[in-house]
Amino acid sequence: MRLVVHQLGAEQRMFWRSREAAIFIFIFPLLLYSLLSSVYSQDITVNGAKVASADFLLAGLFGYGAANTAFAGLAIILVGRRETGTLKRLRATPLPPATYIVAVILSTLVVFAIQAVALLVLGSALFGASMPANVLGFAGAIVLGVVCFAGMGIGAAALIRSADGASAVVNVVLLPMAFLSGSFGPRTDLPRFLKAVADVLPLTYFLDIVNGVYLHGESLFSDLRAVAIVAAWGVAGVVVALRRFSWMPNE
Amino acid sequence: MAQPAIAVQDLRKSYDGNTALGGISFEVAEGEVFGLLGPNGAGKTTTVEILEGYRTRDAGDVTVLGFDPGEAPRAFRERIGVVLQQSELVSNLTVRELLRIFAGYYSQRRDVDEVLDLVGLADKKNARIKTLSGGQRRRVDLAVALVGDPDLVFLDEPTTGFDPAARRTAWDMIRSLRSLGKTILLTTHYLDEAQQLADRVAVIRSGAIVRLGTPEELIGAGGPVEIRFRRNGEPIVIETEEPTRALHELTSQALADGRELEQLEVRRPTLEDVYLELVQEEEGEG
Repeated sequence: MRLVVHQLGAEQRMFWRSREAAIFIFIFPLLLYSLLSSVYSQDITVNGAKVASADFLLAGLFGYGAANTAFAGLAIILVGRRETGTLKRLRATPLPPATYIVAVILSTLVVFAIQAVALLVLGSALFGASMPANVLGFAGAIVLGVVCFAGMGIGAAALIRSADGASAVVNVVLLPMAFLSGSFGPRTDLPRFLKAVADVLPLTYFLDIVNGVYLHGESLFSDLRAVAIVAAWGVAGVVVALRRFSWMPNE
Repeated sequence: MAQPAIAVQDLRKSYDGNTALGGISFEVAEGEVFGLLGPNGAGKTTTVEILEGYRTRDAGDVTVLGFDPGEAPRAFRERIGVVLQQSELVSNLTVRELLRIFAGYYSQRRDVDEVLDLVGLADKKNARIKTLSGGQRRRVDLAVALVGDPDLVFLDEPTTGFDPAARRTAWDMIRSLRSLGKTILLTTHYLDEAQQLADRVAVIRSGAIVRLGTPEELIGAGGPVEIRFRRNGEPIVIETEEPTRALHELTSQALADGRELEQLEVRRPTLEDVYLELVQEEEGEG
């Protein structure tokens, strides 16, 4: 436990000290939200119900932010640390691997929780966005999203071979996923085959959950199927990681 | 004698059917500086990585500080320090911040400022690591390896890529580690480094130890002594197992003839000669 706190402190220091991480992981979703909300100002119709675009996009950017921070960000950080020999080096210290991974995920959670609050403040101050209808459920969704996307991020890190390509690979996955899942606009207009793709993506279901707790005040577990699918993706990432993750650089 | 710090008996490892280590054996005593010397691809790093607990072995008995490194328990990792051949530590942190992070992993640790003094980075402790030179970063590496106050330090090619001055400094640091009573396993492909630092050297080639002994023993076991001089400007080299006799005959003759042996030189083989001979044997067998 002492080591988890110690490593969490170290991770936070490293994250905020790195300008690239702070800009691409923390600032970028805020920027994207401001841009999209400036462009779309009319109400958006989802399943026959009208939703203010500021609220719709805020929910969308929560989802994008969770995937960006925990999936893309974590994968890039871990691949970088593996290829520079940092992970190998850690492996020779008494720090237990599980403690390290838990601290890294907690650190990601801290970053995304701050980002979620920043999005809410930004949204309500500039675009009149609502506060979460179910605050507790919203907090729960943040934890669920970070943990599951972190599982996928660690799985992706296990599959990515070089640090050079890591950023490109995760963004090739992340950006289309965000579009298809409806982070940046409603997915009702998607052609049939793209909708079929969207129907298996974890972000699609995570956005359903966020919409439920944020806009409609539903319980986190009101759509158990969505929770199960998001969790299944997280577990799949962990399974890949357990089988393939290496602490040693690729020679 | 106390239990050796490292005991390796018939260690074997192959990758995809290619033999990397074909059954090597050696022991390293507590407080000893032991050098593994060999060309690239000889099996040095494989050996060290098995001893550090990074790689599993195919066969053989290995004991490091009384532990089986294949299981690499936490108590084992408390007592070793590792400097990797290639590593690039997180660079946005300051030297001191990084050391404090690593220090936190150990239950028994050295004072961070004391370690920085030891590696000569006291004046750089608040510098971001990314602003340091290559040699300074390598010292950060060493500092990280020492902050847990290890009994055994692995140094995998610690001075590769150093300029001569930086190498001398690194050597001095390694000597000061030895004076702290640390056991050190050093790999290198620099002969002078092994000769300067190691109490004993194992020359490793194609996954086998071909010589093992003190640097003096290795040289003593080497080839004949060379006597060189020039006659009328022509270089003459005499190789002899009996340098005293050969030299006496040469100089008596020269004195009798009233000649000077120009540029007379008697040269014992250096570790480098011994080593090159071993490598050439390999090429000959190739």
